[in-house]
Amino acid sequence: MKDIREDIAWAKINQDVMKSLENPRPLYWVILFFAVLTFGIGIGCEVYQYQMGMGVANLDNPHVWGLYIATFIFWIGMSHSGTLLSAILHLMHADWRKPIYRFAEAMTTFSLMTAGLFVMVHLGRLWQFYYAVPYPNERWVWPNFQSPLLWDAMAIFTYLSSSVLFLFVGMIPDLAIARDNMHSGWRKKLYTLLALGWEGTDRQWRNFRVTYLTIACFLIPLAVSVHSIVASDFGMSQQPGWHVTSFPPYFVAGALYSGCAAIITLFIILRYVFKFEDYMTLPILKKIVRLTFAIAMVWTYLNCVEFASVWYSHDAVSKDLLIQKMTGPYAPFWWAMIFCGSIVPLVFAIKRFQTNIPVLFATSLLLNLGMWLERWMIVSPTFSHGYYPWTWDHDQWPSMIQWGIVFGSFGWFTLLFMVFCKMFPSVSMYEVKEMVYHRTLHLKNNGTAVEQTVEQGVH
Amino acid sequence: MSKRHLLALYGDFDQAEAVVKELRNTKISGFDVNDDMIVKSPIEHPEVEKFLGEKPVYVQWFTLIGAVLGGSLGFLGISSAQANFFMQMKGGKPIVPLPPNFVLTYELFILGGVYITVLGFLICSALPAKRSPLYNAKVSVDNIGILVKAEEAAVGALKAIFAKHKALEIQEEAGK
Repeated sequence: MKDIREDIAWAKINQDVMKSLENPRPLYWVILFFAVLTFGIGIGCEVYQYQMGMGVANLDNPHVWGLYIATFIFWIGMSHSGTLLSAILHLMHADWRKPIYRFAEAMTTFSLMTAGLFVMVHLGRLWQFYYAVPYPNERWVWPNFQSPLLWDAMAIFTYLSSSVLFLFVGMIPDLAIARDNMHSGWRKKLYTLLALGWEGTDRQWRNFRVTYLTIACFLIPLAVSVHSIVASDFGMSQQPGWHVTSFPPYFVAGALYSGCAAIITLFIILRYVFKFEDYMTLPILKKIVRLTFAIAMVWTYLNCVEFASVWYSHDAVSKDLLIQKMTGPYAPFWWAMIFCGSIVPLVFAIKRFQTNIPVLFATSLLLNLGMWLERWMIVSPTFSHGYYPWTWDHDQWPSMIQWGIVFGSFGWFTLLFMVFCKMFPSVSMYEVKEMVYHRTLHLKNNGTAVEQTVEQGVH
Repeated sequence: MSKRHLLALYGDFDQAEAVVKELRNTKISGFDVNDDMIVKSPIEHPEVEKFLGEKPVYVQWFTLIGAVLGGSLGFLGISSAQANFFMQMKGGKPIVPLPPNFVLTYELFILGGVYITVLGFLICSALPAKRSPLYNAKVSVDNIGILVKAEEAAVGALKAIFAKHKALEIQEEAGK
């Protein structure tokens, strides 16, 4: 099966993608409505929490971290998909990434923006957020540079700004296409401004190629460092369940896993909503599914490593905590995590399901549920079964306010993502043309007769 | 003496390559093939670079400078902050601890590298730019454009070469 048809005219690629900026299917507006609604609920909960204090979130001693930090890690994890598809697969010359990497990059940017909000929401006292910024206060007190929390702030800022630049630079040739094809109006002005006067000259392409490759090379170690640092927030503490050597690779694998699962979900939605059936093809979906399956197995293996190292260690408290997770009040969620994260992806191993859209859509949602539960099961059980016996009867169930803000974050992400896809080309036009061109050349070199189409402009 | 601009559009890279080769092999007075010709294409195409000949790219030097500056200034900034943080009791521990500072230096190394790479890209590609004297939106669809700048006397010869290779369209405009 071929990833893309070689007889698609380049003009048609432009037309199809430009149409997505104007005429999506009605489902787009339904999704946007629910995104605004959910986001509104989240805003309402945040305003209430701001007015009343953190007590309404049901966060107290010993449960100082709850869903906010778990969801923060979840969104940071989601951001790794863009790096995987854009940077890693770019370096590996995987042509099939071309129609889908743009929305994955956008996903990276917006999930980082969502994750960043949770740091502030979690603080409660929003006006003290500036203390995470490395400059001294009026008493000349600096933040602690030895704390992983400060590393986190720096790493996320670096990752977010680099991802935005990567997304923008990669989009410049497409913005020029949009500028040339858009009717006059504010959008044409916007594209003209953002395209920076790009004309596709040999000099521009030469520098573009090196720049894109260089940023891709930077982004890969950066992405790994970001989630390793998030893992250090836990791993460098002495708390049972957190002080685990394998946490950084475990977090990175989890991040890639949830990112890939989210790509499958959004792939299916965008393919339908923006009528991208010719570009987001089933063979490409199949490749993402296989990649996700491989990462799911790595994640499962690292889970086993973690359990085994705790089980066979001499740390009785950590072992107790593991047993508590499996049998205590958090057990339904812990087992749901194992089911969704390790059992459900086995569906991907069955060939006939690898291109079955309803099955893949449902499965990808379950995988993301599993990955969200994983983060929750890392954060919360440790607080109710730590070193101090007085904490042992302090199980915490998040309040409606916490749930509301978590749901609101999904609305915020969806809102940003859907608005982006309507405003900017979510399929890279010039890269899809390259893909079509490479395929045509390949067929030509192999002596296969390529049927000439009547469509004008086929290369 | 004022120069005029010509833009010829072609349907595929083979035709464009043939035109560039002929322009290189033909001596036309009032036209310098190295300085007066630009090839525009809708996709990044390594073959264009091949037939235009080796041209240096300097973006990676910006990357190197940005990364080194980001890392070194970052480390110096953090260290000087720690050295001035008199309120923190160190208890015999180093004032400037290297392992945690390495993490932040690493992040700032990447930050500097990425920022200055993008700056280098803009400088080396001469962006943002005004539209060139002749611009055709077909280049962003599927045509390959060859934009030349030549003195009045050379225009006829250039047009003949473009026409010989079956240009889809030839645009002409007086330059500055």
